[in-house]
Amino acid sequence: MPAVEVVRTGALTTVQDGGRRGHAALGVGGSGAADAASYALANRLLANHEGAAALEVTMGGLVLRARGAVTAAVTGATCPVTVDGRGAAPDTVLHLADGARLRLGTPTSGLRSYVAVRGGVDVPPVLDSRSTDTLAGLGPPPPEPGTVLTVGPPPRAMPTADWVPSRPLPAGELSLRIVPGPRDDWFRDDALAVLLASAYEVTDRSDRIGARLSGPPLARRSGGELPSEGMVPGSLQVPPEGRPVLFLADHPVTGGYPVIAVVTADDVARAAQARPGTAVRFHR
Amino acid sequence: MRVLRCADSGVLVEVADLGEVMALHAALAEDPPEGVGDIVPAARTVLLRIAPGGDPDAVAAAVGRLRPRPGGRAAAGELEVPVQYDGRDLAGIAELTGLTEREVVRAHTGAEWAVAFCGFAPGFGYLVGDDPRLHVPRRGEARTRVPAGAVALAGEFSGIYPRASPGGWQLLGSTELVTWDLDRDPPALLRPGVRVRFTEEPPAPRRGPGGGRRAHREGGTRTDAGS
Repeated sequence: MPAVEVVRTGALTTVQDGGRRGHAALGVGGSGAADAASYALANRLLANHEGAAALEVTMGGLVLRARGAVTAAVTGATCPVTVDGRGAAPDTVLHLADGARLRLGTPTSGLRSYVAVRGGVDVPPVLDSRSTDTLAGLGPPPPEPGTVLTVGPPPRAMPTADWVPSRPLPAGELSLRIVPGPRDDWFRDDALAVLLASAYEVTDRSDRIGARLSGPPLARRSGGELPSEGMVPGSLQVPPEGRPVLFLADHPVTGGYPVIAVVTADDVARAAQARPGTAVRFHR
Repeated sequence: MRVLRCADSGVLVEVADLGEVMALHAALAEDPPEGVGDIVPAARTVLLRIAPGGDPDAVAAAVGRLRPRPGGRAAAGELEVPVQYDGRDLAGIAELTGLTEREVVRAHTGAEWAVAFCGFAPGFGYLVGDDPRLHVPRRGEARTRVPAGAVALAGEFSGIYPRASPGGWQLLGSTELVTWDLDRDPPALLRPGVRVRFTEEPPAPRRGPGGGRRAHREGGTRTDAGS
């Protein structure tokens, strides 16, 4: 079986797939690729099964060495890609000869890159998924330098396009669509207006669990405690100090702070590309 | 019953109390509406997560037609949990409840408990009992590390930490039962609807040369024996 050897990982590289479904009642979250759209594109380019596991690379810096011939694709954050030092294009089908080195530089925009291999990354699934849940500590351990990841058997279908253009990531401000609720009634009447009128900034205390935002606080109507309830990705959960946290793939299954609004499913993938310092605006 | 929306990702159903949550979850688990990827029962709500391609409007409409099933979870099974009541907060719990330490233990072992829902960590079950004397607030400050197997109280709930983690619950004691094991199917012993009875175990003898605590009843090994 061909494989890829991890030479360098950058800040954080994990194996991710479409996520874990059907185990939430046991307290197990969804996890999966934070930017589901870029992950899906990487698999589509290679004609992979849509749930094939890929590598999610945070802020570039990954170096892989092919063991045997490997077909790969890089999507997501806009970052320089090289194969054996020569420039290679993202969002295309890349053919790596035995021993070839695939290198991802630092992104110029966006945060998370997806490196898919034709046949998928073959690590043992945990509760039906190959995703690493960084909050729950479930799934495969994050690869380290020296980790060898086996590539699964190639699918019967062949890639049909050499290049699939993707929507460029916004270089400046990120605009995300929200729907108020489920707990907007826990906030003062002006809180939703403040959320919609203000620029928030993604702070460096952001990870796969959530993007913590700075900006004007959102004031609650009164004290009291919300009994813990289930959360979805995209939830804007507001702790007592008032700054929202935008929940991403590894968010807790249940939470005890009220959610003022939820980012729509399509826009959660774009939110996952917001690096610290990115300005975010919300609209209805 | 109030149906709240989480954009296009979820439908949150709010009911009056935990009994209604358990009845609604029983009905949903038996007959999940099309387009639902996951069901998350909690203290006063049941969240229906929409699967990719699922229609949240259709799910919300289907929920409106559901008939909750009171007592519909009896088939989830029963579990006996042997506990050594030597927790660091036992004296504090006695003070908060106005009971003696022995009375706290008797109340905890005498009550009928059932898993209402899971959360916080994989395999962490929120157990509700029928003895309101045991309701105590969370600790003012969370501990950075609570050992695996710690048996604790907070609010109306009792719980067992499935692995070492930070935690703010009041520690009553510890069990050697492994409540979460990925090599088991299902990995969680505490699943919504499982009925639980706590029994008192004598304190473990100190580990001596060649000694050690005896194996627990599930046949596995305790992965984290900190205290």
